[in-house]
Amino acid sequence: MAYDKFTTLTSTAVPMPIENVDTDQIIPARFLKATKREGFGDNLFRDWRYNSDDTPKADFVLNNPIYKGKILVGGKNFGSGSSREHAAWAVYDYGFRCVVSSFFADIFKNNCLNIGVLPVQISPEFANEIFEAIYADANTELEINLEAQTITLLSSGTQESFVINNYKKGNMLNGFDDIDYLQNMKREIETFTESRPF
Amino acid sequence: MSKSLFDKVWDSHVVRSIEDGPDVLYIDRHLIHEVTSPVAFVGLEGRGLSVLYPERTFAVADHNTPTINQHLPVQDPLSANQLKTLEDNANKYGISHWGLGHQNNGIVHVVGPENGITLPGATIVCGDSHTSTHGAFGAIAFGIGTSEVEMVLTTQCIMQPKPKKMRISVNGVLNKAVTPKDVGLYIIAQLTTSGATGYFVEYAGDVFENMTMEGRMTVCNLSIEMGARGGMIAPDAKTFEYIKGRPKTPKGADWDTAMAYWNTLKTDDDAVFDKEFTFNADDIEPMITYGTNPGMGMGISNNIPSANAVEGGKATYDKSLAYMGYTENEQMIGKKIDYVFIGSCTNGRIEDFRAFASIVKGRKKANNVTAWLVPGSHIVEEKIKEEGLLAIFEDAGFVLREPGCSACLAMNDDKVPAGKYAVSTSNRNFEGRQGPGSRTLLASPLVAAAAAVTGLVTDPREFL
Repeated sequence: MAYDKFTTLTSTAVPMPIENVDTDQIIPARFLKATKREGFGDNLFRDWRYNSDDTPKADFVLNNPIYKGKILVGGKNFGSGSSREHAAWAVYDYGFRCVVSSFFADIFKNNCLNIGVLPVQISPEFANEIFEAIYADANTELEINLEAQTITLLSSGTQESFVINNYKKGNMLNGFDDIDYLQNMKREIETFTESRPF
Repeated sequence: MSKSLFDKVWDSHVVRSIEDGPDVLYIDRHLIHEVTSPVAFVGLEGRGLSVLYPERTFAVADHNTPTINQHLPVQDPLSANQLKTLEDNANKYGISHWGLGHQNNGIVHVVGPENGITLPGATIVCGDSHTSTHGAFGAIAFGIGTSEVEMVLTTQCIMQPKPKKMRISVNGVLNKAVTPKDVGLYIIAQLTTSGATGYFVEYAGDVFENMTMEGRMTVCNLSIEMGARGGMIAPDAKTFEYIKGRPKTPKGADWDTAMAYWNTLKTDDDAVFDKEFTFNADDIEPMITYGTNPGMGMGISNNIPSANAVEGGKATYDKSLAYMGYTENEQMIGKKIDYVFIGSCTNGRIEDFRAFASIVKGRKKANNVTAWLVPGSHIVEEKIKEEGLLAIFEDAGFVLREPGCSACLAMNDDKVPAGKYAVSTSNRNFEGRQGPGSRTLLASPLVAAAAAVTGLVTDPREFL
């Protein structure tokens, strides 16, 4: 088993309705110097979260104690930019298990799936409803059901289904990753290699 | 069934297709660097696995490396540790390693093509989003995360659903002072920073056919900045001429076999794309960005577009302009700048330094400007010297540094200070990308050169 199993998650959520949040904001490049996967959560959104003297920026959502939970709700095109998996690690290490957005950048989404953070893509209208509900009451909860592929705003009962391919869904439900799968294809891969022209 | 170039290369690398799941895609060439590979080695060792085909992986130090005094020990202990870890891992598993000081060292996406690692029709991955650069040769090349680096090391495969296909055609002839960088920034401004997400792009039309290999690399490099997985251009005589005889390209009968395959690598006439865009070369002028994502670009003589003309919502636009210290609808020409950076996998090749030299020749660097000229590799550095460009730079008051990623992502000491403006030939103008609080204006080497000699955002056409 490569990572935590994901079945259902009911949690309050942290709202971040900013569009085009890039991976340099999620984890700035100067924090990519580790050779082990440890402590990236401390620097999640570092430059939005802290002043240059390391004091917290009071107006940033992660520094507002009323917003907490295992779900991050981001704006459109979340995770654009670099392929650094460190961005997904930082999200995970901080304590998020699910990121919700009306649109994800490709590589970030893939990286999340590969480490057991569930990206849930919803309609822009539902995203707005969620933001409004959280701003009205920070204790508002979302329920994510991976088996049923649904996300529900519990205060209103509004529900949407989300897309995930059957293979990845199985991985997330069971905590398997791609290497577990590929290891069982060794012979097939070796035969394929022999046919490569270069 | 008719196929696109992308279909032909992708389909020939599918080891297994999983129903309602990804394809298992075979990877011909794997590039690794010191930042995104260490955890992959920790991972495979934790599972008791090894590297399956070490001869298909190439390690190059670039992200963290200093660009001065490379012969001395690296000062930053964390950077030094990453560089050492890359070297140790490469040695342990028998992977080729071009570390700091090696004659072939440079930015991984510059040295791959220079040394013939990059080939048409190949699949190439690297834990770096600008791997799309290699698409210029008709390869499928894209960036991957560290989990996938581990997959490639241990199985030579990754698992990805096949992306959708987009074709972007630019026809006609480019105007004076309009470079491949401007073509890339223009396309991104048209499509937005997420406009090609989920797609793999093929670039077609006169402009790309007439472009040099260096120019094609610049354009393909920028594909990720509109969200695309990658971008590619069909290989042609120019491609084959570029790669022939390079150290790692096939030789003799192997070359002939490869050529037979490479000659099939073009999109069939009736192939269908999921999305198509067509632009006119004549509409493109030298570009510059004014905001905090690469889609926020404009023709240099225009005014900053108003909020309602820009994708991303008013709040995001306002945040971006506030960060840059600019206001809606003002002009960019004449804006004061503090730094100029020429280099990176986008514009760190010889042609870029020739372009820069064409403007700074016989002129002087502006006193208020700090300029970093960083070649993409030692091979580029040598060419700069051989062609007499170094003398031109030095006469104009510039210093040539040593190769590396440098101020593109500012992991080393090449950081633009908070609040300062940098005209950069790199690929990202995100907040803090070139150092905490830095403000980046993306542009071509010609625009960078014009800014370097005036200290202001300047239309390069004034100098040509």
